Amino acid sequence: MKPIYLDNNATTRVDPAVVEAMLPFFTEHFGNASSMHAFGSQVGRALKTARAQVQALIGAEHESEIIFTSCGTESDATAILSALKAQPERNTVIITAVEHPAILSLGEWLEKEGYIVHTLKVDKRGRIDLDEYKSMLHERVAVVSAMWANNETGTLFPVEEMAEIAAAKGIMFHTDAVQAVGKIPIDLKRTKIDMLSLSGHKLHAPKGIGALYLRRGCRFRPLLRGGHQERGRRAGTENSAAIVGLGKACELALEHLSTENTQVRGLRDQLEQGLLSQITHCFATGDTRHRLPNTSNIAFEYIEGEAILLLLNKLGIAASSGSACTSGSLEPSHVMRAMGIPYTAAHGTIRFSLSRWNTAEEIQHVISATPPIIEQLRKLSPYWSNNGPSESLGTGFSPTYA
Amino acid sequence: MWEYSDKVREHFYNPRNSGPLDAANGIGDVGSIQCGDALRLMLKVDPQSEVILDAHFQTFGCGSAIASSSALTEIIKGMTLDEALNVSNQDIADYLDGLPPEKMHCSVMGREALQAAVANYRGEEWSDDHEEGALICKCFAIDAVMIEEVIRANNLTTVQDVTFYTKAGGGCAACHEGIEDILAKVLTEHASDGEAPPPRPAGNTAEAPAPAAKMTLVQKIHKIEEVLESVRPMLQRDHGDVALADVQGKKIYVHLTGACAGCMMEAATLGGIQQKMIEALGELVQVLPASHMPVDV
Ligand SMILES: Cc1ncc(COP(=O)(O)O)c(C=O)c1O
Repeated sequence: MKPIYLDNNATTRVDPAVVEAMLPFFTEHFGNASSMHAFGSQVGRALKTARAQVQALIGAEHESEIIFTSCGTESDATAILSALKAQPERNTVIITAVEHPAILSLGEWLEKEGYIVHTLKVDKRGRIDLDEYKSMLHERVAVVSAMWANNETGTLFPVEEMAEIAAAKGIMFHTDAVQAVGKIPIDLKRTKIDMLSLSGHKLHAPKGIGALYLRRGCRFRPLLRGGHQERGRRAGTENSAAIVGLGKACELALEHLSTENTQVRGLRDQLEQGLLSQITHCFATGDTRHRLPNTSNIAFEYIEGEAILLLLNKLGIAASSGSACTSGSLEPSHVMRAMGIPYTAAHGTIRFSLSRWNTAEEIQHVISATPPIIEQLRKLSPYWSNNGPSESLGTGFSPTYA
Repeated sequence: MWEYSDKVREHFYNPRNSGPLDAANGIGDVGSIQCGDALRLMLKVDPQSEVILDAHFQTFGCGSAIASSSALTEIIKGMTLDEALNVSNQDIADYLDGLPPEKMHCSVMGREALQAAVANYRGEEWSDDHEEGALICKCFAIDAVMIEEVIRANNLTTVQDVTFYTKAGGGCAACHEGIEDILAKVLTEHASDGEAPPPRPAGNTAEAPAPAAKMTLVQKIHKIEEVLESVRPMLQRDHGDVALADVQGKKIYVHLTGACAGCMMEAATLGGIQQKMIEALGELVQVLPASHMPVDV
C-alpha cells in the first residue's frame, strides 16, 4: 500500500502543475524583475499575473493590496509590528489563546519589550465569547489578531464579525488565515479585515513563500527595508519562481474550492465517524460544526499521541499529534489546554488533515487500521484495564487535571 | 520525527514484559500525566535472596517511554534489589543505544519507578523529589529547574557561568536567550530580597578567595587530585575522564579523554574544573589541556 498522507495542515504536496509553472523561472526566466531589459520584464509580468491570482482567491479589491513575503510567519510578524510602529500612541495587542506560535511567541516577546498583550480565552469547544471580545477593545489597542482557522482543530473564528466590531472602534484587524486560504471561500473586499496572512505550503505551493494582504489605506511600516520591491513594503529581490508557484496554486485552489467542501469534507466526515463509532473513549475536539472541511482532531483517551503516530507511521499512515512528546516540550498542545481538555486526553490527540488527493480507499484503510493500534497501546497503559479506564490504581496514578 | 535508534524502535514495537504481574510484591507508580508520562513497575522479588525473579511494566507515554520501560525490566531481571538500584539513567539509555536529549526524562522515569517499587517492597515510603522543568539546552538535555537551582546555589550571574556549572548553553548556543531569562528572573528575586549578589564582571576568571596559608607542592598536588576525583564521576557519566598531567607554577595540565576530549565542551569543562581548583587552592590557577604543555621543559 502506498503511504497515506493525512497531515496536510502541516504542509502539502506541491501540485505538479505548480512545479511545471515554476520550472522556467529557474532556467530561462532567471531575470531580476527590477532590471530594465527583457530578462527582467518577463519576470515582472509573471509576478503581476501571480499577484492577480492571489488577489482572486482571497477577493481583494486591488492587486496592489498583495505583498509577497517569505512565509506565513513573516506575514504575521509584519502585520503586528507594522500596526504597532505605525500607531505609536497605541500599545496594546489583542490575540487569542489558540493562535499559532508565529503569533503567540511574538506576543510573548512584545510583552518583554513593554507592550501589553491581551489574550482572548476559548471555551471547551474552542470558541471565543464575542461579548468578552468587545469588552477588551479600547483606544489604546493597536491591532486585533485572530486566526481564521485553527491549525490543530480546524475551528473557524467569526473573523468577519470580529473585524466589523474592531472597525467600528477604529481598531486595525489582522487575521492569520494560513490554514483557511484555499479551503473556505474568502472575499476580503466585503469584509472589514485590514490585514491577512497566508502561506504557500499549506495550499500546494512550495514552502518559503507567503503573502500579506494589506487593505488599501491601512497604515503600514515595513519589516524589511531596502530596495523598492513590493512597492517598498517588503525589500529583497523577489523569489520569482516561488511567487509564480503561489499564484498558480491560488488559481488551482479557487478551481477546487468546491471539491474541498464536498469531496474532502465527505471523506473527513467518513473518517471521523468511522473512528468514533469503532473506538470507545475518544472524541472529536474543537467546534466540529464550524471548522475547516479537511480537518479532524480526535482525542484518544488514556494513551499517548506520539506512540499512536509511530504505530500509524509503521503502517504508512502520516498524521500529527498535540502530545507533549512530539514537540519536545513537557506540556501538551496549548490549543488543547486552552480548551480545557484533560491531560489524559490531550496527550492522545491525533490530527488527521486531508487534501483533494486523498481517496476513499485510503480513508477506509485508516478506519480499519487505527482501532487495533489504539487497543494495543491501551493494553500497555496503566490507566486502562480490560475494556475500560482502570479504577483500582494506586494513588500515584490519580491524574492531575491542573 | 525523532531520531530513535533501532533498539528503541524494536523495544517500542515489541515491548518485553508488558502488562500486569499478578504475583508482584513490589509496585512502583511514578510519573506525571501533565508531561505525558506515567509508569507502573511491578516486581516479583524472592524474599530470601532479594533477587528480582520477574518484572513487568505498564506505561502511558511516548515511544521512548515505552521502550525505556521495556529495557528497564530486561536489565533488572535476575539482579538483586541492591544491584538493581545501581542501574542509572545512562545505563537504560545505553542499553537502548542512546536516546534523544529531549527524551532523557523517559529513562529518569524508569529509575524512579524502580526506586519506588523497591521502597514499596521494603515497606518504605518513597517520595518523588525530582522536579522537572522545561527543556532549555537541547544539546546537553538541561532543564530550567536544574539551571535555576544551580544559579541560586552558586550565585551565578552570567551565561558563561551557567555553562561552566551545568554545560547548558555550551553547544549550539540557541538557548542563551532562555538562560538569560532565567538569570534575570533569579537576579530580580535576589534584588527584591535585599541581598543582591555582588556584581561580577562577565567572562573573567573568578576573583581568588582570600589567600590561604601557603601550601607545599605536595599538598598542592594532593588538593589538585582531590578536585579531579570530585569531577570524574560527572565526566564518566558522559563516558569521559580526566587525569593530572603536570603542574607547572600556576598552570595545571590535565588529560581529558573520551567524550570530553576535543568536543566543543572541552573549554567549558576545563573552565568548570578551573573554578573548583581556584576555590580549593585559594589562588588563581589556570587549567589547560595537556596538549598545551610546552614541549621543551
Ligand atoms: C495558523 C498558522 N499560522 C502560521 C503558520 C506559519 O506559516 P509558515 O510555516 O509559512 O511560516 C502556520 C503553519 O505552520 C499555521 O498553521
